[in-house]
Amino acid sequence: MNRTLDAEAIEAGIQELARQIRATLGDEPIALVGIRSRGDEVAERLCRVLSEDDPDLMLGVLDISLYRDDYEHLHENPQLQGSEIDFEIEATRIVLVDDVLFTGRTIRAALDALCDYGRPGRIELAVLIDRGHREMPIQADFVGIRLETSRHDHVYVSLEGTDGEDKIEIKPA
Amino acid sequence: MARKDLLELAHLEREEIDRILDQAVPFKELFTRSVKKVPALKGKSVLMLFYEPSTRTHSSFEVAAKRLSADVTNFDVPHSSVVKGESVRETVETLQAMRTDYIVVRHGRSGLPAMIARQTRASVINAGDGAHAHPTQGLLDAFTLKEVFPDPAGRRVLIVGDVLHSRVARSTCNVFRRLGAEVAFLGPGSLLPKHGAEGVRRFTDYREAMAWGPEVMYLLRVQMERQDVQYFPSLREYHRVYGVTRERLAELDDKGIWLMHPGPVNRGVELCDEAMDYGRSLINRQVENGIAVRMSVLYTLKPGSENPASD
Repeated sequence: MNRTLDAEAIEAGIQELARQIRATLGDEPIALVGIRSRGDEVAERLCRVLSEDDPDLMLGVLDISLYRDDYEHLHENPQLQGSEIDFEIEATRIVLVDDVLFTGRTIRAALDALCDYGRPGRIELAVLIDRGHREMPIQADFVGIRLETSRHDHVYVSLEGTDGEDKIEIKPA
Repeated sequence: MARKDLLELAHLEREEIDRILDQAVPFKELFTRSVKKVPALKGKSVLMLFYEPSTRTHSSFEVAAKRLSADVTNFDVPHSSVVKGESVRETVETLQAMRTDYIVVRHGRSGLPAMIARQTRASVINAGDGAHAHPTQGLLDAFTLKEVFPDPAGRRVLIVGDVLHSRVARSTCNVFRRLGAEVAFLGPGSLLPKHGAEGVRRFTDYREAMAWGPEVMYLLRVQMERQDVQYFPSLREYHRVYGVTRERLAELDDKGIWLMHPGPVNRGVELCDEAMDYGRSLINRQVENGIAVRMSVLYTLKPGSENPASD
């Protein structure tokens, strides 16, 4: 059976993420880095909320296309869009942001990509949705929405800025 | 639709050209990072098969492949001036056994890369075949042109020199025109194609060509080692008639004309010494862009896939 989450649920998820991150804000410089695509939009929306607490909050975008582990299985390589990391990454606290945490492979790739820019002070992970079924020892520090899914379900995330509307659909395989 | 080989630009759809050029932008951005390498082609092998000498193209491909984390092997080609079809076939069989993923090939004979491509599942990239094509040169020139003119439509480019025997002219002219630029040739009548493509003007007189109003002047290299020498009385004469002399450099500067050259420059032939420091020279940028564009080509091709039926 299909399940959907609406715009209100997504907004609540973003507010929940913001609340969790806000509780950890200190004096150190912090940067939100969103993973293309849609992680960048989640990071942008989080940044809008959190910049009231920390006006110096930095924002970046990471394209992990060149760091994937599944080229062999792809008919065509993913379209490269590039990263935008315009701040000094050295010794900075980085919060990686993505829309869905599933197998953990994207995050593995993102960690590699990020570390090629320098040596961050530390890296944490914030995800709008954690749907479980990890294939790697990776966990999120901040989670907006926890979703019960089975391994083969498809989770489709649409976001206002990227897709024109806020919606999450969970479809069984 | 993934493509296996890059043999000539005429095979590529406009969207494929745009995609390669667009993706070269993020590849170029990597050059400013402390780590310039990405793991995209980790574990893949690139074989350099150069039957003709080349320093620039060879090292550009090698750097591009290494920045993608591929392993690069140089295949030592026998230095015989004529390599027969038979032995090339044997070479390809050897390469097949080596299970290489990409083959970058340069050969004096037109069509040879295409022949190799048909016999292997590896992706074959033509790095120059005879007077036929040099597609990655065309792409890197297009990328460089777009950095100066994001929309090249209607921009005027004058290609100067031995257009007839130049694979660079062929590939670069092809892609510039497909991006909408207007192209004209300038050179000795004997070195211009008798029947140029429609819409390409031909000039034999420098002043007439300048009156056409080019915004970019693309100088072809005089091929000392090839046939060019017999077509004009002397290199000094070539410089006087078609080269960018000191006086002409001042005129280019005055009119804000950009300068391109595929390298390596024959100083005192295509260009005077002073032109090396010309403010609107794109020559060094072409070299840097060549790496980014070749990374984009390697990343875009898919070994083992089929080429579109149009090839």
